[in-house]
Amino acid sequence: MSLLSVRDLTVKFAMRDDTVTALNQISFDLAKGERLGIVGESGAGKSITGFSLMNLISKPGFIDNGQILFDGEDVAQMSDKALRDMRGNRMAMIFQDPMVTLNPVLTIGQQMVETLRAHRKLSKAEAAQIAIVKLREVYIPSPEERMDQYPHELSGGMRQRIIIAMALLLDPQLIIADEPTTALDVTIQADIMELLLELCQSNKVGLILITHDLGVVSQMTERTLVMYAGRIIEAGKTREIINDPQHPYTQGLINALPQQTLPGQKLKQIPGTMPSLTAIPRGCPFSPRCQYAVENCRNTLPEVVQYAGIEVACHEVKRLHNDRLEQSA
Amino acid sequence: MNDLMLDQPILQLKGLEKRFDLDQGFLETVKLRKGKFVREQRSVHAVNNVTLDVARGEALCVVGESGCGKSTVARLVAGLLHPSAGEIHYDGERIDDRSRKSMLPLRKKMQMIFQNPYASLNPRMTIQQALEEPVRHHNPLLSRGEVREKVADVMQSVGVDPLWSGRYPHEFSGGQRQRIAIARALTVDPEFIIADEPISALDVSIQAQVLNLMLDAKEQRGLTYLFITHDLSVVEHFGTKVAVLYLGAVCELAETTTLFANPKHPYTKALLSAVPQLNDDKPNHIRLKGEIPTPINMPSGCPFHTRCPSANNRCMTEKPRPLRQPDGSTVACHAVEENRA
Repeated sequence: MSLLSVRDLTVKFAMRDDTVTALNQISFDLAKGERLGIVGESGAGKSITGFSLMNLISKPGFIDNGQILFDGEDVAQMSDKALRDMRGNRMAMIFQDPMVTLNPVLTIGQQMVETLRAHRKLSKAEAAQIAIVKLREVYIPSPEERMDQYPHELSGGMRQRIIIAMALLLDPQLIIADEPTTALDVTIQADIMELLLELCQSNKVGLILITHDLGVVSQMTERTLVMYAGRIIEAGKTREIINDPQHPYTQGLINALPQQTLPGQKLKQIPGTMPSLTAIPRGCPFSPRCQYAVENCRNTLPEVVQYAGIEVACHEVKRLHNDRLEQSA
Repeated sequence: MNDLMLDQPILQLKGLEKRFDLDQGFLETVKLRKGKFVREQRSVHAVNNVTLDVARGEALCVVGESGCGKSTVARLVAGLLHPSAGEIHYDGERIDDRSRKSMLPLRKKMQMIFQNPYASLNPRMTIQQALEEPVRHHNPLLSRGEVREKVADVMQSVGVDPLWSGRYPHEFSGGQRQRIAIARALTVDPEFIIADEPISALDVSIQAQVLNLMLDAKEQRGLTYLFITHDLSVVEHFGTKVAVLYLGAVCELAETTTLFANPKHPYTKALLSAVPQLNDDKPNHIRLKGEIPTPINMPSGCPFHTRCPSANNRCMTEKPRPLRQPDGSTVACHAVEENRA
C-alpha cells in the first residue's frame, strides 16, 4: 500500500466575488520511502500542494474536494487534535527560509526539546539527548554547544541543517521539503541535498521535494510531477521525464536551461508567461504558449493519459512523439 | 577611432579595495582591552585588491557565493560606492575620484540593471514616465515627440507593447518588469551595462527570455557587460570571460570556455562540481570543509586556505599572487603554482 495517496484534490481560494482554483483535481501516490519531486514555476501550485498535504491551507483558502490518504487516514477530514498529532510527528515539513521556521527568541535546544516533548513522554534531559544525537546526524559540529545558541548566531547553511534535524526528530514517515535550498549558495546547496538524500535513504523516510530546479530534482528523486496552472501535466520516473519529456511544457522547461544550448547561442525560450489563476485559458492551460497547439487544445481540457510509461495531459502527445522519432531517425 | 582606442580595455580595475567600517565615529572605535582603552576599527573587507580588465564587446561575468563582494564590485564600478583604495579607469580615464557632476556624462554611457525590478522601478510612476525620465535627463534638447518615439522604440525592442506605457509597474509580471528595467537602461544608448543578478528572481522559462533579450542587445548595440551572478550555467552561456570571487579576492580569471573545460583553482573546482546536473546520476561533488569565514576577520594568507583541500603552511601565511597560466587564465593559488592542486 502506498504511504500517501492523493485523489482529485481541489483547493480553492475565496475572493471577494468568486473563487479561484489553485489546485485542480490533482492525484498522485507515494510509496513508503519513495522520493518524489514536484517541479513547476511560481504560481503552478507546488507549494499549495505541499501545504494541503499537511492540511495547512488557511482562510481564505480551503480544500474543496478530494482525498489525501496518509497511511490510510484522510488528512482532509482529520480533527484538529489528530492533525496536531500528525504534523511534525509523522509528517514533517522543511521550508525555504529557516529563519521563518525557527523561533528567534528560543535557543536551538529549547525548540528541539519542546518539539519532542509535545509528542512523546520524555524528560527534558532525555529529550536533549535525542536532540544532540539528531544534530550530530546532520553533521553539526559540537552539537552540545549549539543547543544553547540562538538561530541568529548560526549561518544559513547551519540553520537549514538544524531544520532538517528537527524534521527528523520524531522519525517521520514523510518529509515535505519546499524549496529547501533556494536561499542557499550552490556549494551549501549541494551539501544539504546530499545530506537530505543520505538521511532519507538510511531512515527509509519518504520525501516530497518541491523545487523549480530540474537539476536538483534529477539528482534527488525517483519520480517527478510537473505542475502548470494548478494541474499536474506530466508525471513519471524522473530519469524518463528528464531524458524524454512528453509534454511540450516540460520539454520547453528543459530546453530553456542554458546547459541545453551552445554558449552564446540564443536560448530556446517558451513565449509568454504562466496564466494568472484568475484567468486560466479555456482548454489546455498551456495552449496559448504551446507551439504545437491545434484547435482541439484551445477548446477541450486534455485528460491524463498513459504514454511511453509517463502520465501526461496533452492531446497531441502521440503525434508529437512520433514526429520526434521521425526527426531523430 | 584609432587602433590604440580599440586595444584599450573599456574598463580597468586596479587594486580595487572596499572596506565598510563597522565602528562609526570615534567613540565606537574605543574599546576596553586588558584594562586599557585602545582604539580599534573593525571593518568588513568586502573587496580586496581586485584587478581586472574588461575589453570592448566582452561579457565579463563575476561569480561567487553570497558575501564574496560581487555586488560591491558592481556598485563600485557604477560609482554608487567609493573605493577605499585602488583605481577604476573607464575608457582610459580615471573615474573613481570624480565628483557627482563630472560623473554625469559617464552615466549616459554606463547603465545598471538590478536584481529586483520591483524595487528598482518607482511604483508611482507609469512605465512611460519611468522610461522618459533618463532620456530627458541626458538629452535635454530632445523634443517631446522625439522622447516619446525613443521610448516606444526601446519598448518594442525589449518585447513590451508600447500601448502599455500608461500602466504602472505592479500591473506587469516579474519578467515584464525586468524587461522594462532593461529598457530603461537602454533608452540612453549606453555602451556598458552593469547587471547585478538580473535574472535570479525570475522563473526558468522567463530567465531564458530575458537572457535572450540581453544577448540580442549585445549583438545589435555592441554592448559590453559586467554581469554579476551566482548561477554558473548562466555564466557558461552568457559570459566571454569569468572572474571567480572568494572573500572579495579574484581567485581565478579566465575565458569562459577555458574555465569550464579546465578549472584550476580548488575553489573554482568545488564551485563547478556543486552545480546540480540534469543527466548526472552520480554527482561527484567536492565537499568543502567548514563555511565561508566572515569578511570581518579575514584569514591570513590565502583567503580560501581554511576550506581548501590542498592547503599547506605556505597557504596559511602567504597571500597568493595572481599568476598567468599557459592557457591564458590567471590563478591566485600556491597549490596551482607548485603543481600540487
